[in-house]
Amino acid sequence: MLEKILLLLSLSLSVAEELCKPGVGEAYKVRFSIKTALGDQAYPWNKNEMFLFRAALAFAMRDFTNGEEFGVSDIHPCNETQRVSFWFVVTRPNTMDLVDKGTVEMAIKKSRNRINGAFLLTDKTLEFDGIYPTLAAPVSPDTPPWLIVFGVVMGAVSVGIIALLVYPLVQRKLKKNMDADDEDSDEETGVKTAENGANDGIYNSTFSDDERFTQM
Amino acid sequence: MGKDAGPEERPKWDNKAQYLLTCIGFAVGIGNVWRFPYLCQIYGGGAFLIPYLIALVFEGLPLLFLELAVGQRLRKGSVGVWKTINPVIGGVGIACLIVSFLVGVFYNTILAWVLWYFFHSFQEPLPWSTCPLNESRIDYNLECKKSTPVNYFWYRETLNITPDIEISGSVEWGMVICLASAWCIVYICFIKGIDSVGKAVYVTSTFPYLVLTIFLIRALTLPGATDGLLYLFTPDWQTLTNPRVWLDASTQIFFSLSVAFGGLISFSSYNEEKNNCERDAVLVGVINSATSIYASIPIFSILGFKATTAFNACKDENILALTNYFEFSDQNITLQNYDYWYEYLNTTYPEKFQSLSLRECDLQKLLKQSVSGTGLAFIVFTEAVISMPGSQVWAVLFFVMLFSLGLSSMFGNIEGVLAPLNELKLLPRWMPKELISAVICLISFLVALLFTLSSGNYWVEVFNGYVGSVPLLIIALFEIIGVIYFRGMKTFSDDIYIMTGRRPNIFWKACWMVISPLLLLVVFVAYVIVQAQTRPTYQAWNPDYEKFPETEEKLYPDWVFAIIILLCVVPVISIPLVALYQLLRGRFRKSSVGMELNPYDNDAFVTDTQEQKTQRA
Repeated sequence: MLEKILLLLSLSLSVAEELCKPGVGEAYKVRFSIKTALGDQAYPWNKNEMFLFRAALAFAMRDFTNGEEFGVSDIHPCNETQRVSFWFVVTRPNTMDLVDKGTVEMAIKKSRNRINGAFLLTDKTLEFDGIYPTLAAPVSPDTPPWLIVFGVVMGAVSVGIIALLVYPLVQRKLKKNMDADDEDSDEETGVKTAENGANDGIYNSTFSDDERFTQM
Repeated sequence: MGKDAGPEERPKWDNKAQYLLTCIGFAVGIGNVWRFPYLCQIYGGGAFLIPYLIALVFEGLPLLFLELAVGQRLRKGSVGVWKTINPVIGGVGIACLIVSFLVGVFYNTILAWVLWYFFHSFQEPLPWSTCPLNESRIDYNLECKKSTPVNYFWYRETLNITPDIEISGSVEWGMVICLASAWCIVYICFIKGIDSVGKAVYVTSTFPYLVLTIFLIRALTLPGATDGLLYLFTPDWQTLTNPRVWLDASTQIFFSLSVAFGGLISFSSYNEEKNNCERDAVLVGVINSATSIYASIPIFSILGFKATTAFNACKDENILALTNYFEFSDQNITLQNYDYWYEYLNTTYPEKFQSLSLRECDLQKLLKQSVSGTGLAFIVFTEAVISMPGSQVWAVLFFVMLFSLGLSSMFGNIEGVLAPLNELKLLPRWMPKELISAVICLISFLVALLFTLSSGNYWVEVFNGYVGSVPLLIIALFEIIGVIYFRGMKTFSDDIYIMTGRRPNIFWKACWMVISPLLLLVVFVAYVIVQAQTRPTYQAWNPDYEKFPETEEKLYPDWVFAIIILLCVVPVISIPLVALYQLLRGRFRKSSVGMELNPYDNDAFVTDTQEQKTQRA
């Protein structure tokens, strides 16, 4: 039993070594920049993290191919460096046939966010060499915000102009009405003062006759 | 109360502060923020202050004092003042009118651009921080990728600029409504003449100082600020031997103080006669220069910050390339030990290192990238603002500050148009001043629609370079000659004695009679020579240029060159024309006096009254 397991392991290892050749065939290179992304909270890279990677990638393959039972053992990494970068290939479940680059790429693109999330990284810090992240479409709201600000400013200015132009006209009209009222009261008082004033001076009687004539 | 109403009551300032704030606002404009720091930078930093201050004392202050004194004493706008001194030089006022109008038209277009950026600063993220996607949505827009998002937003989304001044393109509607807003705001401030302007300047003249102080505090705390400041103020005494420096210092002072527009004469004519205009002139001149120096501190701190950010970004790029190539552990090479690793790897693996073709990261080179004018405000500054936390706030503050600075200068331009128009009695008397202001703003807006074409930016450069330069020098020269030689130094000294209580001292007299006219003449001649040496060119934004994103240098076509000549000549042509007209009229009148068969005309009295007139004036 033990011998069989050992044989299988060595076989798979050698097969993996043959399958996964950097820069050749269906292999992809991946780079982790954990310290850049997380700073003090960076976790160290070890075999467990590698296991997580293989599991995440197996998930991505399953998700994309809709059910094909990819497992952790179908992801074969090699040439690991202290950069934390390595190459990997994907084989079909239970076989040694390599999955072509295109399929792997599309699977990764589909589940990119999930893979990033598993490692607390981003598109920039978890880099798949050759797979470019889909660009986020810039947010374009229905009404451009600048028109709103323009509307507010111009509205205030227009109201101001109209107010400044109309206010003196309104004031003038009010004043005219007030003046008309004042004139009525003024006439009465004016007559009174004339009478009062006439008492102060020397009253010339010759003119009083004239007034009677002019009234006609 | 209009100037033509009833018993000719002239509008008055509510208080002295309004008058001073208006004059300071007129003098302090956008140029203080985006022209002076640039000159300081290219002309050896702290050393530039020497020619600048010398020019201020011997050229700027005398001219300023002259204009304020003349306006306050003769109590008329720019046309009335010169007519009163001597009808022969009445043309100077008309020249002021034309120059003020033309400068007002293109200056407000710059304010329209500032408004556009202000409106767009209320977005998250700022629209000039990222590139838009191209049609296939796979990649970014090509023009934006090759240059920068900030350049793209300015040249493409704001101006939609054509590659050549001859290709006019179409009217940009976004820009038209910004231009309309700018003119409406100018109108509302000018609606009641100086009654409303006097109130508006409480805000527009003081707000920029508040914002500059806020920026100063913010900018000094940014990383890299000290590099920028050191670069700005480190004096390079060698530059003082270059005559170009002295020329630029003199022209900068002259244009910065906004003399020869006629606006200052109008503003001071609304003062009471017994006002110390000598102190006012010195105050305005000194505050103008102090503002320039004060503004250059935050500007250069921010430029230093921008250079440092670009420098660190360049280093980060190289670090990533090196880490990836040599498979070092992440963050082994940092910004701090970058230099050590750079040298080490270069010496240990030279071939591999060269194959990487890393970018050369040089902080001094980045600091040297000097920009002035619209490039400073709309490209360099907006890029710096993106990297500052709370970008929207800083962008909004900055553009409101620019708008206030420009608006208070526009008041002077509009006054320089309205006051002469009223005095020339070209307008019917029944028109209220609100209607006159509205008509002027409307006509200016329609003319400025030229600048909303796709090639508009090139035209603004044409106007800026030629209307706002040579004609002003000529007008200023004639102003000094008019006052000192037509009015006479003695009469003018008496005027000042009446107004301030003491005669001008030997310094002022020496400046007015000899130094300032000489300086102006030298500046004018040197300016013309420098301009005439080379065929004028402009920088065009051409995406098809092979060295894009660099701007392509193109020659102005002949018809544009003809327009440039017109722009320099038309404003000042009125000076000789009016002089000629007055001389001929005077001679004509002398010869026709005998021909008048007016039975009541007693020749003996005709000459008397003429003498009396000249004595009174």
